[in-house]
Amino acid sequence: MTSLAQKKRSDSIMTALFVGGAGFAVVLLVAFVGFVIIQGVEGMTPEMLSFGPHGLGDMFFNTVYLVVLALVGSMITGIPAGIFLAEYAGNGKVTHWVRMAIETLASLPSIVVGLFGYLAFIVMTGSQWNLFAGALAVSILTLPLVTSVTEDALRNLPDSYRQGSLGLGASHWQTIWNILLPACFPRIMTGLIMAAGRGFGEAAALMFTAGMSTDIDWTNWDITSSSCPLNPFRPGETLALHIWALRTEALHPDAVQMASASSAILMIMVVSFSLAARWLSWRIDKKMGGSK
Amino acid sequence: MINALALAVRRAHRNEKTARILITLCGIGTALVPFLIGAFLLLKGTDTFFVFHHSLGEFLFSGVWNPSDTAEGGGHVGAAMFLSGSLVTCALALVLSLPLCISTAIFMTEIATPRTRRLIQPAVELFTGIPSVVYGWIGLTVLVPFLRLIFPMPFGFSVLAAGCVLAVMIFPTITTMAADAMAAVPKTWREASYGLGATRWETIAHIVLPAAKGGIFTGIILGLARALGEALAVAMVIGQMKVFPTSLFLPASTLTTAIASDMGGAMEGGEYSAALWTMALTLFLLSFLFIFLIHRLNRASDLKGGK
Repeated sequence: MTSLAQKKRSDSIMTALFVGGAGFAVVLLVAFVGFVIIQGVEGMTPEMLSFGPHGLGDMFFNTVYLVVLALVGSMITGIPAGIFLAEYAGNGKVTHWVRMAIETLASLPSIVVGLFGYLAFIVMTGSQWNLFAGALAVSILTLPLVTSVTEDALRNLPDSYRQGSLGLGASHWQTIWNILLPACFPRIMTGLIMAAGRGFGEAAALMFTAGMSTDIDWTNWDITSSSCPLNPFRPGETLALHIWALRTEALHPDAVQMASASSAILMIMVVSFSLAARWLSWRIDKKMGGSK
Repeated sequence: MINALALAVRRAHRNEKTARILITLCGIGTALVPFLIGAFLLLKGTDTFFVFHHSLGEFLFSGVWNPSDTAEGGGHVGAAMFLSGSLVTCALALVLSLPLCISTAIFMTEIATPRTRRLIQPAVELFTGIPSVVYGWIGLTVLVPFLRLIFPMPFGFSVLAAGCVLAVMIFPTITTMAADAMAAVPKTWREASYGLGATRWETIAHIVLPAAKGGIFTGIILGLARALGEALAVAMVIGQMKVFPTSLFLPASTLTTAIASDMGGAMEGGEYSAALWTMALTLFLLSFLFIFLIHRLNRASDLKGGK
C-alpha cells in the first residue's frame, strides 16, 4: 500500500514531467519558427525580392496565383459537397461511404495526389507541365477541408434560422441560399484561409504537375502567350518547390540564402494566414456568443 | 397578381429540384475523387504484376531493386527496402514524438489554466500548417550537421534524422487529437476520482487516459498516415541510399522518397515507372487502411459508450 507522502511525491514528479514535456515542445516549436524567419530575413538581399530570373518574386507570384486557382476549384465542388452532407444527405449507407471517401481523400499522401494529377492532367491531356494542373492537384488536397468546414458551419447554425425561413414559406433551397449560406459565410471564409495556408506550402503534389521552371515576361500581357504571367497553362514553380529544387541545384552561388529566404517568406505567409483564420473565428464566436 | 405568384412558386419549385440535383451531384462527385485516384493507381500499379509478370511476393519481400527502364522489363522489383524504410522511419517518429505529444496534451487539458491553454493550443495547431519543405530545409541545414557532430555517423543523412523531422511533423496532429479526446472526458468522472482521494496523477492514469484511449489512438493513426505520406521533408534528410535501414545512423530510402526522386526520370510505360506506380498504390491502400481502422476503432468505442 502506498503511503500518502509517496502518492504526493509521485504526483508532483509526474506533474513536473508533463509540464517539462509540454514546455520543451512549445519552446522547440517557437524557436523553430523564430529561427526560420530570422535566418531567412538576415540572408535576404534586395535582388532576391525582385521579380526576374534572380529573384523570388516570380515564384511568389506563382504561389499566390496557383493557390487562388486551387481555392476556386475546391470552392466550386467543396462548398456544394458540404451543403450536401449537412442538408440533403440522410444517415444511410451512401452518406456513410461519402464521408469515408472524403476522409480517405484528406489522408492521402500529397505525392500520390501529385502522381494522379500528373497522369490525369498532364499525360492524358498531352500537355506540358502547367500551373492549372498544379492548381487542380492542390484543389483535390484542400477539397476535404473546405467540405468539412462548410458542413460543420451549416450544422452549427441555430435551428431557429431554418424554422424562421421555412415558416415564412421559403423553400429548402431558398433557405439555404438566402439564410444559411450568408450566416455561415465567415466560417467558410475561415476554412478557405486555412486551406490557402496549406496550399502555399504544398510541394510534393506540384513536382509532377506545375513543373519546376518559370519563364515569365512581365511586359507580356497576351494571355495566350506562354510567357504571360496570367496564363495558367504555363509551367510555374512555387516557393515551396523552389526550396526543394535549390537543395540539389547549384546554379546560384547563394542557393542557401535563397532557400532560407524562401522558407522565411513561406513561414510568414503561413503564420499570418493561420493567425488571420484564428482571429476571424474568434470574432465570430464573440459575435455569436454576444447575440445569445 | 395570382399569375405572378403561381409563377414565383413554380420557379421556386423548379429551382429547388435543380439545386437538389446539382448539390447531390457535387457531393457524390467529391466522394468519387478518391475512387478515381484509386482506379488510376490500380490501372498503372498493377502493370508490374500483369504486364511485367512479377509476383506480389517479390514486390513485398525481395530486396533486389533493379527494374529496367524499358518497356520490355526483365529487371527485379523488390521494394522491401523502401517498405521497411517507411515503416522504420514512421515507427521511430512515433517513438520520439509520442511522449511529448501525450505530456503536452495532458498539460493542456489537466494542468494548465484556461489562459495558458488558450495560448498553447493555437501555437500547437499552427504547426500543422507549416510547409513540409520548410521542415526538410531546417532538417538539412541544422539537424543533419548537428547529428553528424554528436553521433559517430559518416554523413549525418540518416534514418535518425528522418525520424526526428517526422516526429516534429506529426507532433501537432497527435497532440490536438489527444487533447480533444481528454477534454471530452466528463468532468464528473474526474471529480468522482478526486472525491475518492486520488491524486491528479492517479486520476490522469486511471480515469482520463483510459477514457480517452480511443481518441489518442485515432490521433496516432492520423499521425502515422501523415508520416508515411511525407515525401520531400524525408527525402531531404534521409540520404536516399537504396539500402535496407539497418542502422539509425546510416542513410536509407522510403516509398515516398523513391517516388519523388525517380518518377521524373523514369520512362512512361517502362518497368521502372510501373514499379514506382505500384509503390504509390501501396501508399494509397495503406492510407485507406488507416481510415478504415479509425472507423472500426470509433465504432468499437461507440458501442462501449452506448452500454
